[in-house]
Formats: sequence, structure tokens, C-alpha cells
Amino acid sequence: MNTFESAIGYSWFILTGAVATVELTLLSCLLALILAMLAGIALTSDQIAVRAVTRIYVEIFRGTSVFVQLFAAYFVLPFVGVSLSPLQSGVLALGLNGGAYGAEVVRAALNAVGRDQREATIALNLTRWQALWWVILPQAVVFMLPSFGNLAIELMKGTAVASLITVSELTFQAQVVRGQTGDTAMPFLLILVIYLLIASALISFVRWLERRFGRGIVSANT
Amino acid sequence: MIWSWEFVAEITPDLLKGLVVTVKITLISSVAALSIGLFFAIAKMSSVDLVRRSAVLVTETIRRTPLLVQLYFLFYVLPDIGIVLSPMIAGTIGLGLHYGTYVSEVYRAGIINVPAGQWEAARACNLTTRQTWTEIVLPQAIPPMIPPLGNYVIAMFKETPILSAITVLDLMGEALAKANFSYRYLEPITLVAVGFLFVSLCSAALIRLLENYLKRQAA
Repeated sequence: MNTFESAIGYSWFILTGAVATVELTLLSCLLALILAMLAGIALTSDQIAVRAVTRIYVEIFRGTSVFVQLFAAYFVLPFVGVSLSPLQSGVLALGLNGGAYGAEVVRAALNAVGRDQREATIALNLTRWQALWWVILPQAVVFMLPSFGNLAIELMKGTAVASLITVSELTFQAQVVRGQTGDTAMPFLLILVIYLLIASALISFVRWLERRFGRGIVSANT
Repeated sequence: MIWSWEFVAEITPDLLKGLVVTVKITLISSVAALSIGLFFAIAKMSSVDLVRRSAVLVTETIRRTPLLVQLYFLFYVLPDIGIVLSPMIAGTIGLGLHYGTYVSEVYRAGIINVPAGQWEAARACNLTTRQTWTEIVLPQAIPPMIPPLGNYVIAMFKETPILSAITVLDLMGEALAKANFSYRYLEPITLVAVGFLFVSLCSAALIRLLENYLKRQAA
């Protein structure tokens, strides 16, 4: 009886970690999305300097693992005068990492929009930004969404690593419970199920977005 | 805190030792992932409904949960039921299993992308099943698989630092040990980042060369 009650007690404690996991996932997805859009557009720029700087950002963050980046954000940045809370470091590292992967997706999607569309915007005398905003992006978004969905899942999985820089999310809470009670199977099974639920929710959301943005566009892969 | 080359010189030998462990883990778990992936791919293409569904369920579950939690599971939960794995073995199995699910998709896509006409032609030419696979399907399916497989090997290499969380002394593990001992994080973590960046950029370039070579072969 006692063990059952304590199991309920620490399940609740672990569930509080889900809030931090969701928060971390959403904030870093948001940061990644903004960075991916900016960097992706910059990668298709005419100016070589813009392209080069963006390329360096993308290669650095794709070339090292999110694990190393999290540790750099949390342990190394304070030494150069930037002190961030664990959550802030987590959002920064995960966002920068996701943004680098996302930039490639955005670049590929922008390039996948037909050349005739670009020529039409020139013929209609639209400015570069008008063309991008009203013609190219709305079509490119449909190409981006499936990959963005996968990246969101990768980011969500990356949040588990943030437990190692003391963000009290699911994995961290499970480790605390393991340390306090010595019980291992229950906490880890519980968080596996919660991660699975969060991932499935994310996937359903992206599928819904795909349908929403896919409306009115003739699909090329039917 | 300023960069100290003396400290760099002091920790470099141990970091190199860690790098060897990292490379070793990458190689072994790549082989594991390639074999586990093959197993899952065959199961996912099975004609038995139950096998196919359970393969999809298992791979999706593994793909949708964090590698770190899976590693904790292998390292902390399995001993409860009497299976005690060393950190190295648990890490290798975890990495191999996690990436095996990704690799299975590569295999499946490669085989599915062989046009149906090729299968039908093989049948029309009265080839045996074995001949169909070895002479017709695999020679066309394997070349397009190589670049994505290579990318997953690089991805696994980049993921190995996570193994330091279950006390494997790989490159990151050594760096963290040094950092925790001396309380200097700047040099070890920067060196690890530079090391990983260097190796992954080089291997990405190698894969691009390979890809171009395969394209020329196909043309």
C-alpha cells in the first residue's frame, strides 16, 4: 500500500517535469523556426557575404552534436560573460541547432518552387520581398512542413539532454526519483510513455498543418 | 577566464584516448545499426500483417522517444531484471537500436524505389527469387542508399557524446571528467566541439565525393 501511494506521489512529481519538457520544446521550436526561416532565406541570397556567414552558422551547428552545444551554452558561455539559466541555455542551444537543420529545409523548399513562379513575380513587377512573402513562401511552406515535423520531433528528443544541464524536465525528474527511491523501471517507463505522447501530439499537429496549408495546392506527389 | 594553452597540452592526451573510444563506439554501433535496420526493414515489408504492424509499432516507439532515456533504460532498468551491461555495451546497443530504426527506413525506401517493371521483367525472364534479388533488385537499390546511410553514420558519431551520461569515457566523457576536476570548462568543451566539427566536416565531404562517384557510375 505504501509503495503504491509513494508511486502515485512520485508519478505526480515526474509529471511536473512534463511542463518543463513541453515549454522547452515549444520555445526552442519557435526559436528554431525563426532562425531557420531567416537563415534559409539568407542561404538563397544573391550576396555572397550573406551566404557565407549563414553557411558558417549552419555548418558549425550541424557539425557538432546538440549535446556539446548544450554544455557549451551552459558551462562555457558564463566564462565569456554570458550567464544563462539552465532553461535559457537549453532553449538557446536547441533553437540554434534546430535552426541550422531547418535552414537547409527552407533553402531546399524555396529552390523547389518552380522557376516560372519567380518569373511571373518579375513580370508582375513585385519587389523581391513581395514575391517572397506572397508567392514563393506560401508554396514553399507545403514542402517544408513534413521535414519540419521531423525536426520538431528531433528537438523534442533533444530536450532530454537538457536534463544534464539541470533543467528539471522529465528525464531530470525521473533521475531524481531514481536517486531518491532506487526504483528504476517505473520512472523510466513513465517518461518513455509521456515522451511518446508528446511526440505523437506533435506529429498530429504537423499533419493537420500539412492539410491546412496543402489546401488549394495541386500536390505533385499523388 | 582566458584560454590556457598549457591546460590544452595537459588534457590533449586523455582527450585523444577518448576520441579513440568514440571512433570505436561509432564503428561497432554502425555495424549494429546496419544489421538491426535490415532486420526491421524485412519485418516492415513482411507479408504477415502482425509482423508488419508490430515492426512499425516498435520502430515508431524508438524513433519518438529520446536516445538518452533509452540509454538510461538499458543501463539502469535492465539490471533490475538481471541483465547487467557494461556502459560501453549498453551505449553501443542503444545507439545501434536507435539508429537501426532510421536505417530500416533507408533500406525500405531503397527497395521500394526499384520500379515495379524491374520485378515484373525479372519474373518474365523466369529468374529465381534469389537471382531477382542479387542480379536485379539489390544492384539498383543499394547505390541510392549509400549517401543517407553515410549521413546516419556521421549522425551516430555526433551522438556518441551522449554516452558520457552513462559513464562511458568517450571524447566528451574525458572532457567532462577533466572539466569537473579542474573546473575549467572553456578548453575541454571547445576542443571537443572543434574535434567533432573537424571530423564531421571531413566525413561529410567524403560522402559528397562518394555520392558524385556513384552518380557518375549510374550515368
